[in-house]
Amino acid sequence: MIRFLTRRRGGARADWTDWFARIYLLIGLLVMFGPVAWLALSSFKTQTALQEFPPSLLPMGQKQVALPGTERPLPVFLVPQPDGVAQERVMVRRVGLEGQFVDPADPARRIERARLTAVTPVRELHFAIENYIEPLKQFNFTRFLGNSLFVTIVSTAITLLINAMCAFALSKYEFRGRDGIFIFILSTLMIPITVVLVPAFLIVTGLGLGNSLWGVILPPAATPTGVFLLRQYMLTIPDELMDAARMDHASEWRLFWRIILPLAAPALAVLAIFSVVWRWNDFLWPLIVLNRQENFTLQLGLAAFQGELQTQWHYLLAMTVVTLLPVTLVFAFLQKYITTGIASSGMK
Amino acid sequence: MSTLGRLIDAPFEALQRRLGAARMPYVFVAPNLLVFGIFVAAPMILNVWYAVTGGTQLMPAERPFVGASNFGELLDCDQFGVIASCRQDRFWRAVANTAWFVPFQVIGLVAVSLVTALILNRRMAWRGFFRAVFFYPVLLSPVVVALIWKWVLQPDGVLNALIVAGGGARVPFLLDPSWAFSWTVVISIWAHMGFYTLILLAGLQAIPADLYEAAEMDGTPHARVFWRITLPLLMPNMVVVLVLGLIRAVQSFDEIFVLTGGGPGTATQYIVQYIYETAFANQTHILGLAAAASILVGGVLMVLTMLQLAATAWSKR
Repeated sequence: MIRFLTRRRGGARADWTDWFARIYLLIGLLVMFGPVAWLALSSFKTQTALQEFPPSLLPMGQKQVALPGTERPLPVFLVPQPDGVAQERVMVRRVGLEGQFVDPADPARRIERARLTAVTPVRELHFAIENYIEPLKQFNFTRFLGNSLFVTIVSTAITLLINAMCAFALSKYEFRGRDGIFIFILSTLMIPITVVLVPAFLIVTGLGLGNSLWGVILPPAATPTGVFLLRQYMLTIPDELMDAARMDHASEWRLFWRIILPLAAPALAVLAIFSVVWRWNDFLWPLIVLNRQENFTLQLGLAAFQGELQTQWHYLLAMTVVTLLPVTLVFAFLQKYITTGIASSGMK
Repeated sequence: MSTLGRLIDAPFEALQRRLGAARMPYVFVAPNLLVFGIFVAAPMILNVWYAVTGGTQLMPAERPFVGASNFGELLDCDQFGVIASCRQDRFWRAVANTAWFVPFQVIGLVAVSLVTALILNRRMAWRGFFRAVFFYPVLLSPVVVALIWKWVLQPDGVLNALIVAGGGARVPFLLDPSWAFSWTVVISIWAHMGFYTLILLAGLQAIPADLYEAAEMDGTPHARVFWRITLPLLMPNMVVVLVLGLIRAVQSFDEIFVLTGGGPGTATQYIVQYIYETAFANQTHILGLAAAASILVGGVLMVLTMLQLAATAWSKR
């Protein structure tokens, strides 16, 4: 074990440590992605398919065929024929324990009768898209989605602006209290939100932001992580650029807005990604601030939904997929920036 | 576009004319500090006031001063060590659960993250892909994490299907107290390990390769290389992982709250859930007790962090 753990560079030949690493990675792939993939697959199953045990891997449903002259598609069964071979037949009527079947290729020819115990349903891949459409229409999910988008976008914009302004001052100026301010901001990293839950709620209510999306947006906007990340990056931008612009009588704001901010774009991008993920995923703080349903974010809506409708897993699974989709897309495309951003700032 | 630009510039340039360039840094830090002051610093101070006042009023001025009686109520037990004899037995149950949860979670988290980081640090194909695989759950929201696992762990879920297929009997994972507890530990590790793996990986990649080459030339045993080179040089990152991991473990709430709601019974009710429910969810809104409990938690967190930092400083000597 230790031998393998200490290897930094793989040797010329594959030994058992390489095999251990491969097996570990494969199991890791299964454990980390498996549950999410399972959820996504399940979200396309119909309500009846979800109740099967053992569950099928892929979303399966009974094959259905629309016959001319019938309103709804009819279920297809395998019906044993006199020659002993089972054929696909459509059930047109059910009488007691017996069914009446027709040949889908030639429905008018004749009606076969068979006991229901003798026939087996024909199953095919079936994606229950209605799981996604129904809750968006029937429940407030479009509203929740809109609220989440609003909170995420606005609070990320505010975070980027005020964190960048603060980082600019901390990295490019000498002024009294600068180090104190920096230490003060960093020290709040260590203050968990749980410790200040009650008074933070009072302040938000006192400012008239209770039950409003702004009460969710503003308190977490001044992130210490963002200030730290941007400050470290801006320190690497040479001051000479600013001096040259000062010669041209540019105002301090212009130095920030026109010179430093564009140059800090890579760090701003990293912070923007973080901020989007944080705000999209926020749960405890919105849970306290928002208590009217029409203001719920997607996370709150989902949590409330799962409390009320324990049995409606088909809707719940689909809405979970909708909730995790944006983050997954962000991740798929910007994975490199996220991981290097975390590695360099050491923070989440 | 440039008119819009000038529109944004104008107020700040006017400010600069009034205050002078030397005061502009204060203008730049002001918005951030304002938000900090209002929503982080002020609540810190107010929290103390809540903790020493009673009643159910939210407005600080309307709350009667009660001294240390909130702390007294939290700590008041008839028999030492018997949770049922405490006035706030829910508090002590949450404390006991958290005290069990934290060591399991943190040790598991550090171990899994370290092994994963060491494996990801090997030269191999698809490294970036696997790094992403282990990191992905970090980005998922707590609600999503909870629902994913709730679905997997259902009595009719896929895990039970595998167990039945293997010849076992179904396990009611979330209905059995000790199973539910174990799963909160596992899921919490699952959801957060990618973040800590990245921090450790960054540390591993910063270790100079020639140290290993020198050790290899000397024929140093691998175990020795690990204990004498890798681990000591990884220490700064290990400290970050331990401190952050511990602080967050004590505050575990979101995923578990949605997954189990603290149940079955009180088996997975941790300290933050106690604070949340005492202050906000119950009909009574006992804000003073919640504030007092949160101050105790804050104190414990501070002590734990200090202890860890001191231990590392001491071990370096």
